[in-house]
Amino acid sequence: MEKTTKITPGYAQSLWRFLSSLKLTVVLLFCLAGLSVIGTLIPQNISPQDYVRLYGLSGYRLLLLLDIVDMYRSWWFVGLLLLLVVNIIICSIDRLRVGWQVIFVRDPKFDLEQYRRRKNAISLESGTPADHLRDVFMRIVTRGYGFKRLIPIKGGFAITAERGRWTRLGVYFVHLSIVVLIIGGYIGSKFGFEGFMALPEGEQSATIELNRTHQTYTLPFEIRCDDFKVTFYEGGQRPKEFRSNLAIIEGGQEVLRQQIVVNAPLYYKGIGIYQSSYGRLDNETPSFGWGQQAPQEIKLSIQSVASGIIYDRTIKPGEPLQLPEGLGQLVIERYEAAATFQNMALGPALIATLTRPAEAAQTITLPLKFPKFDAMRRGAVIISVVPPKAAPAEERFYTGLQVVYDPGVWVVYTGFILMLVGCIVVFFMSHQQVVIEAVNRGNGCHVLVSGKANKNQMGFQMKLQRMAERLMAAMESNETEGAGK
Amino acid sequence: MIYNSLILSIVTFIYGLAGVIYLFAWIFRKEGAAKLATWVAVIALVGNTAGIVLRWIESYQLGSETGHAPFSNMYESLVFFAWTIAVLFLLVEKRYNNRTIGAMAAPLACLALAYASFSPDKSIQPLIPALKSNWLIAHVITCFLGYAAFAVAFAVSLLYLVKSKDEKSESNAKLHIPPLSILDELTHRLVMFGFLFLTAGIITGAVWAKQAWTRYWSWDPKETWSLITWFIYAAMLHLRMMRGWRGNRIAVLSIIGFLAVLFTYFGVNFWLSGLHSYGALSQ
Ligand code: HEM
Repeated sequence: MEKTTKITPGYAQSLWRFLSSLKLTVVLLFCLAGLSVIGTLIPQNISPQDYVRLYGLSGYRLLLLLDIVDMYRSWWFVGLLLLLVVNIIICSIDRLRVGWQVIFVRDPKFDLEQYRRRKNAISLESGTPADHLRDVFMRIVTRGYGFKRLIPIKGGFAITAERGRWTRLGVYFVHLSIVVLIIGGYIGSKFGFEGFMALPEGEQSATIELNRTHQTYTLPFEIRCDDFKVTFYEGGQRPKEFRSNLAIIEGGQEVLRQQIVVNAPLYYKGIGIYQSSYGRLDNETPSFGWGQQAPQEIKLSIQSVASGIIYDRTIKPGEPLQLPEGLGQLVIERYEAAATFQNMALGPALIATLTRPAEAAQTITLPLKFPKFDAMRRGAVIISVVPPKAAPAEERFYTGLQVVYDPGVWVVYTGFILMLVGCIVVFFMSHQQVVIEAVNRGNGCHVLVSGKANKNQMGFQMKLQRMAERLMAAMESNETEGAGK
Repeated sequence: MIYNSLILSIVTFIYGLAGVIYLFAWIFRKEGAAKLATWVAVIALVGNTAGIVLRWIESYQLGSETGHAPFSNMYESLVFFAWTIAVLFLLVEKRYNNRTIGAMAAPLACLALAYASFSPDKSIQPLIPALKSNWLIAHVITCFLGYAAFAVAFAVSLLYLVKSKDEKSESNAKLHIPPLSILDELTHRLVMFGFLFLTAGIITGAVWAKQAWTRYWSWDPKETWSLITWFIYAAMLHLRMMRGWRGNRIAVLSIIGFLAVLFTYFGVNFWLSGLHSYGALSQ
């Protein structure tokens, strides 16, 4: 330290002075305020297509170049925050070097002469000599003051008292809290993760999709959703509550069961599981159709083009069925859960062979979802499958869970507390020193009430005034007592 | 029958009336009128309080499910905003024994309520899941205590500029305004108070966001604008302290700060979108 300052005394010193200056602080605060506006006007982290639509290709390039698409994490914004941290640390070191002796002093000095000369000093006259007032004054003055001392002086005494010396540290708490907050935020973004899982009722999973990168991430445990319920307020679309019954499964063992709702997440091993959204599972398994296997009896509806009559028939796969009106014979060959026709996905369908009198057998496709499909063949008969009556499909939901790990959150919360406590101390408390001096004069004595505070002069002056009034009252009662004797 | 919004619309006019009387008393230097203005303002405050309490009670009368503390949407927060402005300026008036601040502050309370009455939905709605949180109540109350302190500081700063202009001009009207040094000190105290509560508001908001949306901070426009406001006032505190800025410059900064507050509260809802547009909270 000594050496470097010797080699480049100019630069090191002026750099230090620059980094500790309040001018820099104010410039940084205004820069942070001004630049933050950008990110509220230009949407952040939306898709490239949307940027191009909004700003054109060259506009988007410029945004990318300047890192504005993710500006609160850009090198220049983070750089400003780091500069603020450096500014705070260096400034605090600078000031503590001087302030330390003032704050952590065992035996605070009172320069009596200085207090006598203060403009705000209050003079009182008493009819009793100083000696008689000593005990009573001591009692009054020192109420609520941590440090107090009686100093005998020529022809009387002086009392010094002070409190709140430590409140000078408040401002360091405030500044420290900003450093703590930034560290906490960094820990969270560096070592934490945040992702989403859509978990259907009755299923379990350990995989989430990370919100920022959209990669998948495997949790160290599985989450099972036993039940999900959404309730609505009467007669409205206003949701009242989303509620999931979750179980945590670790190494094949169920280790925890808990219900979560919005605003009341579940934590396991520091990982938070939040109720964030929900959805209805629809048509994930075809509601037409029979899953992977066709049933033993299939209902068909058969329309004769000539007569227009529709016949209902039941057919068994593999067994030939004679069509009415002598329209031919139908055999169900097989069932396909995901049939295609000329590269078109049809969903579940029956593949059948239709043999008409005096015609070659033809293969026809009977998709379950499209009853009119067979009409396109323009044959003499239109066959469609009567869709299986959808078993009153039990409504199934998935619960939308945000899964978040943020090891920095307690650091951040500590910063919050530090900042609040610091602000309260800085704004509403002060370091106060009072001096009362009583010197004999004639038959009575002259009393001086003086003091100083490092903040809120107006409030402190009122306090001094009140103290002077209390002393006055004590002197008066002392006098009447003395007279009574 | 729902009475709270009726009472609150009447209160709007009473605040306006108080403002007019304050202004009259100030310009024509009528001490009696000034006293009357204070009483009118007190009546408005009582009505405002009654409106809030009634809304609270009536929300429960609509059904226990609907009942909630009335701090959960734009309308309710504006009503509370007006209430805090009135409490603060009446306290300042009493403490500094001067009845000119009301001429600036009572109209602000009136404007807040008038603006509230334009809210599309004044009816009492049951809370959607994300809003069911004690942190939300703490968040709204602390934010609006802060905003109100900044609003009164804004009023005091306006007075400061009026007075300082008047003192410089030839035709010194000797307006009945507290001395500049007191106004300056008052701005400072109010800004400190506001800063503390804005800080607390941002913090309680962050804790609530953590519980409801998993993140304590997501740089959505409302959050960012409250941070911008916070930076501005922090800069102001440092300028005042270290560079010894006083008077006009501090008054101007306090006015800029309050504009940022206004933008945080209204501008963001209008021009920028985010989590906080209360209606969108339903997820
Ligand atoms: C976001 C950043 C900051 C915040 C919120 C903040 C907050 C505060 C607050 C509330 C006060 C007390 C003001 C008063 O007593 O009226 C203060 C004082 C002060 N701040 Fe900051 N500050 C910040 C950054 C900085 C930085 C970067 C520096 C570095 C130079 C700094 C230096 C000081 C100094 C020297 C004081 C006066 C301390 C005293 O009273 O002895 N502040 N700050």
